[in-house]
Amino acid sequence: MEEEVRELDREVKVIVFQLGSEEYGVEVYQVLSIERMQKITRVPRTPAFVKGVINLRGVVTPVIDLRARFGLPEAEYTDDTRIVVVGVNDMEVGLIVDAANDVIDVPLSRIDPPPAVVGGVKADYLRGVAKLEDRLLVLLNLDRVLNAQEVAQLSAMSW
Amino acid sequence: MENNQYLDMFIEETKEHLQQLNEQLLVLERDPADHDAIHAVFRSAHTIKGMAATMGFEPMVWVTHDMENVLDAIRNGRARITPDHMDVLFKAVDLLEAQLAAVEEGADLAEIRTDEVVQGLKRLIEAPRSGEGGTVLASGTNASVPASSGSGSVPAESAAGPAFVLDAYQQSVADEAKREGFGVVQIAVRLDEGCVLKAARAYMVVDACEQFGELVKVEPAVEELEQGNLDLDIRLLLIMKQGTPEAVRRALLGISEIREVTVEPWTRPASPEPSSPPGHAPGPPSIREKFPAKTEPAKEPSPNHRSLKSVRVDIERLDVLMNLFSELVIDRTRIEELAKHSGHQDLLTTVEHMARISSDLQNLVMTIRMVPVDTVFNRFPRMVRDLARELGKKVDFTVRGGDTGLDRTVIDEIGDPLVHLLRNAVDHGLESPEERRALGKPETGRVELVAYHSGNHVFIEVSDDGRGVDREKVIQKAVERGLVERSEAQAMTDGQVFDLLFQPGFSTKDVVSDVSGRGVGLDVVKSKLEQVGGKVQVESKPGQGTKWIIQLPLTLSIIQAMLVSLAGEKYAVPLHSIVETAVIHRQEIRDLHGQQVIPFRGRVIPLIDLERLYELHRDGIREEENVLIVRRGERFAAFIVDEFLGQQEIVLKSLGRYLQQVFSIAGATVLGDGQVALIIDCNAFLAA
Repeated sequence: MEEEVRELDREVKVIVFQLGSEEYGVEVYQVLSIERMQKITRVPRTPAFVKGVINLRGVVTPVIDLRARFGLPEAEYTDDTRIVVVGVNDMEVGLIVDAANDVIDVPLSRIDPPPAVVGGVKADYLRGVAKLEDRLLVLLNLDRVLNAQEVAQLSAMSW
Repeated sequence: MENNQYLDMFIEETKEHLQQLNEQLLVLERDPADHDAIHAVFRSAHTIKGMAATMGFEPMVWVTHDMENVLDAIRNGRARITPDHMDVLFKAVDLLEAQLAAVEEGADLAEIRTDEVVQGLKRLIEAPRSGEGGTVLASGTNASVPASSGSGSVPAESAAGPAFVLDAYQQSVADEAKREGFGVVQIAVRLDEGCVLKAARAYMVVDACEQFGELVKVEPAVEELEQGNLDLDIRLLLIMKQGTPEAVRRALLGISEIREVTVEPWTRPASPEPSSPPGHAPGPPSIREKFPAKTEPAKEPSPNHRSLKSVRVDIERLDVLMNLFSELVIDRTRIEELAKHSGHQDLLTTVEHMARISSDLQNLVMTIRMVPVDTVFNRFPRMVRDLARELGKKVDFTVRGGDTGLDRTVIDEIGDPLVHLLRNAVDHGLESPEERRALGKPETGRVELVAYHSGNHVFIEVSDDGRGVDREKVIQKAVERGLVERSEAQAMTDGQVFDLLFQPGFSTKDVVSDVSGRGVGLDVVKSKLEQVGGKVQVESKPGQGTKWIIQLPLTLSIIQAMLVSLAGEKYAVPLHSIVETAVIHRQEIRDLHGQQVIPFRGRVIPLIDLERLYELHRDGIREEENVLIVRRGERFAAFIVDEFLGQQEIVLKSLGRYLQQVFSIAGATVLGDGQVALIIDCNAFLAA
């Protein structure tokens, strides 16, 4: 019984960022840094959501526009725009988001499996939805969002 | 012992000298009359001996000492080099390497057996002497006694009286000086009983003596003197390089608080040379004693002799350094902008200067990580030689492109795979001399190791002119092992068939030899290379030989590139694919079956439309265009650029795992201003 309680009490630390009106979350251990918008060097013949590469402390890091990745309408970059640099499967990728300004603890018990589509984003890319008191947080499945093979295929097609 | 601070230096320098020994012995084996090589070998052995003696590694002294004697006989023409000489000398080098490894691990040197090598060396020393009478070799053979005594613990009986107790090394230095006609004097200095500044006086005494020549020995040792650990007597053994003994005496008497000075010629003790027992090392080594280089006359410096100055740095610290630096560059760019906004002239000038310095610094930091492949290659000639002897094959081994730079982390990983491939080439690739003769080939087989930069990669090739890979045999084996179906195997290209060699558990040689052929080699080679992002493939022609081609990633390797701008973006083009830059008039561009072409040196070459390919937008159309003409083999192509920004060394970086295989982009580089520029892989435009 006690075990169960503890299990339910467990929390994950999540970095929260905005895309449009939705709030998304990525577990903190996957986030390497959060950068301000900077000059991105375009890489030709890659999928449209790949915005290019940036110099991240000497490491050339690809950057994707998360709106474009999810097929949402692209937005102008503002002072709030951030690049959330994540590390997944030995890949480091920057995700352009509208804003990133929060770290919260989400109890595992509050996370539900995602419905088929949330705010226009396919369930495939999602890990779950966390219902917190006053907000709804969409947790991303970065393994799916960042699929190098898919990018390679798309790049090959564009050639 | 207090020489920890010197230990690293000792290990590093000894390694370099051992390498030098190996290299020069190989030269000597090829051309026994090569005087430079003999001298170089002698010098290295001598230096190792000196350093080992200083550090108190007696067993290493014995070995190098006997080596010296053997080499000395050769040097003076008293002995001829025989294959036996070479084998024994190579073994001695191996022994020294083993000893050094023990030193490095902090293991006990006495654990390593030296008798076989020492006896071998002794035998060589004895050989010529029996023929010619031992007078000339006398000093050498005398001094070699400690080595033969094995433990080196002969008690120092002759310490009574004025004679010095010298260790083997000091002895040989003194002997050599005498042989070369320098006077050797022993000096006794007694300080005043009321002397207050003993250490200072002692220092002045040492200093005064060094004006006249080389101090072989100081008692008490210099470091003790500096701490004032002495009674009143100082004894010194000096090799006179200039002045007279009387001048020395007067100079010493000129120092205050000196009571008495005697200077007399030194004669070596007549009894068989006693060496100081290992436990009785002559105090902490003095830095003055450390480098015997000066006593070894510096004639004929070997052209191969490399500088000994080096520092070891943890590669991770270099990574940190590089990344910190990149951050600095970004901030610098920001300051530049701010300075421009402010319009403050002094600030602008300072920032400009800073920009120049930081770009120099950046290049420096990046090149520091690069290591010439020689650091891995240099042990191979020796290895191939030994292997060839072991297998009874004749091999002419050549290495080219040793100065090709490769990132340190990659260098560390390629050693083992190359060992595998080279052993494979000698063992499997080359036929025996008899076989070769029967085939009408020269008896001596060729094995070549070549490194070069090309097409955005570093290539390393291992090739031989042996029997080549037998396609049928490979297929047969692969079918036996169930790796392929016979039916599909027949349709495979040679390349695909040879790739089967890299399958786990594959081996074509039926007899499992000691050298290779356990079938564990090639798949390990492949996976090891893949770990560092490399590839390996085989080309082979039956009867003509095999070539293993290793392609290593360009990550962090540095290349020369031309920076160009096109539609506001900067690109780097590797210099090795550029033929020239040119200006063409718009009317020179023709259309040939939908492909734009331009004339170039009497031929027509395609004009690649980067603007369209890269979806760029240039403003307007110019009458004259800058073009870059690139080639790959006999294929040429041109593309238009806006501006040539100049040539510079760039560090190649990958675009990251997320962006693999982007068409015509070989990677990226970070420019001096912190911006990323893509590197164009011209080969993509030139593919067949």
